[in-house]
Amino acid sequence: MKSFTYEKADSPAAAASAAVRTSNAKFIAGGTNLLDLMKLEIETPSHLIDVNGLAFDKIEPTPEGGLRIGALVRNTALAADQRIRRDYGLLSRALLAGASGQLRNKATTAGNLLQRTRCPYFYDTNQPCNKRAPGSGCAAISGVTRQHAVIGSSDSCIATHPSDMAIAMRVLDAAVQTVRPDGTTRDIPIADLHRLPGDTPQFETTLAPGELITSVTLPKPVGGTHIYRKVRDRASYAFALVSVGAIVQRDGTGRVAVGGIAHKPWRIEAAEAEMPRGAKAVATRLLDGAKPTRDNAFKLALVERTLAAVLAEAKG
Amino acid sequence: MATVSFNVNGEVRALKLDTRTTLLDALREHLHLTGTKKGCDHGQCGACTVMVGGKRINSCLTLAVMHEGDNVTTIEGLGTPDHMHPMQAAFVEHDGFQCGYCTPGQICSAVAVLDEIKAGIPSHVTGDLNVAPELTNAELRERMSGNICRCGAYSNIAEAITEVAGRPA
Repeated sequence: MKSFTYEKADSPAAAASAAVRTSNAKFIAGGTNLLDLMKLEIETPSHLIDVNGLAFDKIEPTPEGGLRIGALVRNTALAADQRIRRDYGLLSRALLAGASGQLRNKATTAGNLLQRTRCPYFYDTNQPCNKRAPGSGCAAISGVTRQHAVIGSSDSCIATHPSDMAIAMRVLDAAVQTVRPDGTTRDIPIADLHRLPGDTPQFETTLAPGELITSVTLPKPVGGTHIYRKVRDRASYAFALVSVGAIVQRDGTGRVAVGGIAHKPWRIEAAEAEMPRGAKAVATRLLDGAKPTRDNAFKLALVERTLAAVLAEAKG
Repeated sequence: MATVSFNVNGEVRALKLDTRTTLLDALREHLHLTGTKKGCDHGQCGACTVMVGGKRINSCLTLAVMHEGDNVTTIEGLGTPDHMHPMQAAFVEHDGFQCGYCTPGQICSAVAVLDEIKAGIPSHVTGDLNVAPELTNAELRERMSGNICRCGAYSNIAEAITEVAGRPA
């Protein structure tokens, strides 16, 4: 690990301004993804700003009837919250499908969203990777691509965003609140937080340098049956090959997003209009323009079948 | 270099450390509490599991300097060879290990798992999110999935935990 200096932030604005005042600085909260990457010298910050002392650890009702989740609420606490379990079951289910008990105790709401979009070639520092070393090329595209993206990818990068929680947040139309180094705040719809790789896969979100997430808000509950179905190589503690997060209403309408197939949670509102017509119709619209590889073409059929299982479960 | 002070197994310990020192390395290399093991050092195997503030975490994926004032419990704090914690005694009774390298992490994790179920925290296999989870074999196995045992002592580990929970396996 490269050496770094360390400070504890005592206010969000101070944290954000410290991040631009110090060159090559990073925020650290749970640290489960950042420290993993620092040990491999894939992340090499020269300064860490510990934000754990900020008071962003509560889940509070909003005037609109939703919930405001503090950026530092741990994944376990969020999944176990009675209001989340009752009104946003999809979010509890998605959180509990991810990582291990130990990691969920440490990982935060904001950190989960901001974990790196990644693939095994990103982790292997002997291989070229446009995300790790921009312009060096992509070893994955000509490599073993079973886990990789089938849609929204580019000639620069075919990695996937591994968050289960983000799939639920996308279906729930969450929004992210931030503070910028100049002290101003803004609200970013979850749909606009993660970017597709394009020619610049090293930039994974639309956050500006030093911009700090302070909370994530959920709109008021929409009812319906909440289902998160994750298909993976192990029964537990593995990334999704394909995951489907859905809210299905009694009349068969609803919302759906898919994980494990793209650089960001994959939700196409036009595809949702097909939900009453079944999985094949939805999958066809959802995967329009897909560019799978030989290794991961199975994901197209797997999305449709997982979706069919979810719709069948919703019918009861 | 940085200074940090935290409570380990009931004793306040003050350390001067390189900022890069993980909690795991602080425990093993600086405090010589070598019960906690370094397996993968990347949060994948669970050998380094300790409890901080009563919650289990991977001590390899957190910096020591981030734990000012925290209460850390390691395997040494759970029990001793003469006064074993019930979970330690159950692992011995049920042969819940072969080589023993993952065992301290397994035991710390297992103690925390029983607390998590008691606190009503659901898991991936919990049927109804609005009902308190029960300690079934499926629940145990799901909740222990962050602790890998290369010897494959899983069935005996599950029996040991089940015994401490007061249910038949």
